[in-house]
Amino acid sequence: MGSFEKNILPESLKDQLVPIIFKGFGKCDIKKTGINYSIFAEKGRWTRLGVYAVHLSIIIMLAGAIAGSFFGFEGYVNIPEGEIRDTIILRNSNKVQKLDFGIKCNDFKISFYKTGAPKEYRSSLTIIENGKPSFNKDIIVNDPMRYKGINIFQSNYGKVPAKKPSKEHFDKDGINLNFIYKKTGKKYNKKIKTGERFDLPEGAGEFVVKSFTDSHQFMGRSLGEAFICYIYPEEGEPEEVILPVGFLNFDKMRRGKFFFSVSNQNFIYYTGLHITKDPGVWIVYAGFMLMIAGCFITFFMSHQQLYVEIVKKGKKTTVTVFGKANKNKTGIKNRIFGRIRKINEQL
Amino acid sequence: MNSSNLLSNVTFIYGLAAMLYTGSWIFKKKLPGKIAVYAAMIGILGNLAGMILRWVESYKLGIGHAPLSNMYESLVFFAFTIITLCLIFDHKNKKMFTGIFGSSFAFLAMAYASLSPNVNDRIQPLIPALKSNWLIAHVITCFFGYAAFAAAFGISLVYLIKQNSKGNLKKTSSSLPNSDVMDELTHQMVMFGFLFLTIGIITGAVWANSAWGSYWSWDPKETWSLITWFIYATMLHARITRGWAGKRIAWLSIIGFMAVIFTYFGVNLLPGLHSYSQ
Repeated sequence: MGSFEKNILPESLKDQLVPIIFKGFGKCDIKKTGINYSIFAEKGRWTRLGVYAVHLSIIIMLAGAIAGSFFGFEGYVNIPEGEIRDTIILRNSNKVQKLDFGIKCNDFKISFYKTGAPKEYRSSLTIIENGKPSFNKDIIVNDPMRYKGINIFQSNYGKVPAKKPSKEHFDKDGINLNFIYKKTGKKYNKKIKTGERFDLPEGAGEFVVKSFTDSHQFMGRSLGEAFICYIYPEEGEPEEVILPVGFLNFDKMRRGKFFFSVSNQNFIYYTGLHITKDPGVWIVYAGFMLMIAGCFITFFMSHQQLYVEIVKKGKKTTVTVFGKANKNKTGIKNRIFGRIRKINEQL
Repeated sequence: MNSSNLLSNVTFIYGLAAMLYTGSWIFKKKLPGKIAVYAAMIGILGNLAGMILRWVESYKLGIGHAPLSNMYESLVFFAFTIITLCLIFDHKNKKMFTGIFGSSFAFLAMAYASLSPNVNDRIQPLIPALKSNWLIAHVITCFFGYAAFAAAFGISLVYLIKQNSKGNLKKTSSSLPNSDVMDELTHQMVMFGFLFLTIGIITGAVWANSAWGSYWSWDPKETWSLITWFIYATMLHARITRGWAGKRIAWLSIIGFMAVIFTYFGVNLLPGLHSYSQ
């Protein structure tokens, strides 16, 4: 409670005082009794609901979590590059869950910083629906794919032996070429790409992998995938070298200075995807928003009521201010007292 | 001058501010306190400049990211948040009190960051899991929460010392704000910290959901932040519904801060999603 006296008529005092003392309070309820006034205003009555909002938000979050666990699922799938999967293993039960579409991993890439720490895991995915590709996206750890309520996250990776060597893989990773100098038995290993030439040791000329074929015919039967290579000696005609991926000793038959083979140690990456469906997540998020708003209202806003009486006694007019707040009483009291001082000085 | 040098100089400024604040309290003189406020402000500017410089340096290294990614950077940021928060509180309440804790904690955090052999001040590249804008929102809100809890802890500690003091100590502590004011300040700090911890946990959950596909995975840091949240929630309920005040609130604030410390440092000893923040 604060009060002061002035030699001003209640009417004009009221007009000067209301905009200052009741600043931010909205509509004032002004009653006139004779020449005296009583004025009441309040604000933030609704902030009393803040505390209920906070507790309600916890119930909403729990409801969202329960909805998610009933109507959603969470599981994992590993997809080797170039392959399609449409089933996942559920996390909690290890059961198999079929998806409405297939996920194809076109490519997986991992890159590193100079320090050797991993920089990025990137999977290029295509959604296959009814046998047709319908959606493409590269996903990285913080940028998942969302498709028809299903979320697809980059979570893991690894290497598996390539089942079937393909031209693309050899083009990408190169060819692991082994060769032995027969005279000394010295072993060599070189990684080369198709079309790349290099000098063989012992002055045996140049070696080049000319092409890759899915099926090499030899004596009327297929040897499967093979590289067609040539040796260009310093003198004389080029010599053809056939290196079937599945028959490592094939080149021994050629009886050349060197015995060549390609090692079948080609690995491809698989990407480990974390697949979730959580229809409850938006309920949980709504709970989050309500929690933050509720905490803010509960802690930093209050229901404030102000009542001012302006009474003329003799020559003087007395102003008396009564205030009430449900929170932060000291802070609000100081603010209102500041306003009273301000009026007292102005008039 | 690189950012690490600049920041280790800031350590001394914070140390000076802390000494001046303490001197002002012990000798009951206003002047050292006023100088302390200016010293703290210079420290804040240096701290901010150090963080910006470090941000720029990281871009020069080609691994640009906000300086909020490892233990060193988080300690530097913690120093910044707590002293800023305390100066704002003091300014608002027209007192020179919480600055003592702001400058002391800022000094301790910076000294630990600069001197401890366990804290590496090299700028490291971001691992894929941290490459997200949520990093900034998550770390900033959590650390304002931690800062407020640390300040509340300091006030509570002084409150208990003052309540139990005799003889000379009682005389010295007479220049401190009276007990009711300290009690109210603790409550204000905890409310502020609670709001920010809540936002910090929520931004973390939203981030986890957008990066890994689940908003809660009971990772040790998540679990401990929830334990911390419950301790402070208990404290707020005890005060608001049961009318607890004084010593009991001070003790709860101290227990809460122990949980904060464990959430910040202790959890790094356990494996989990947050184990990169070492």
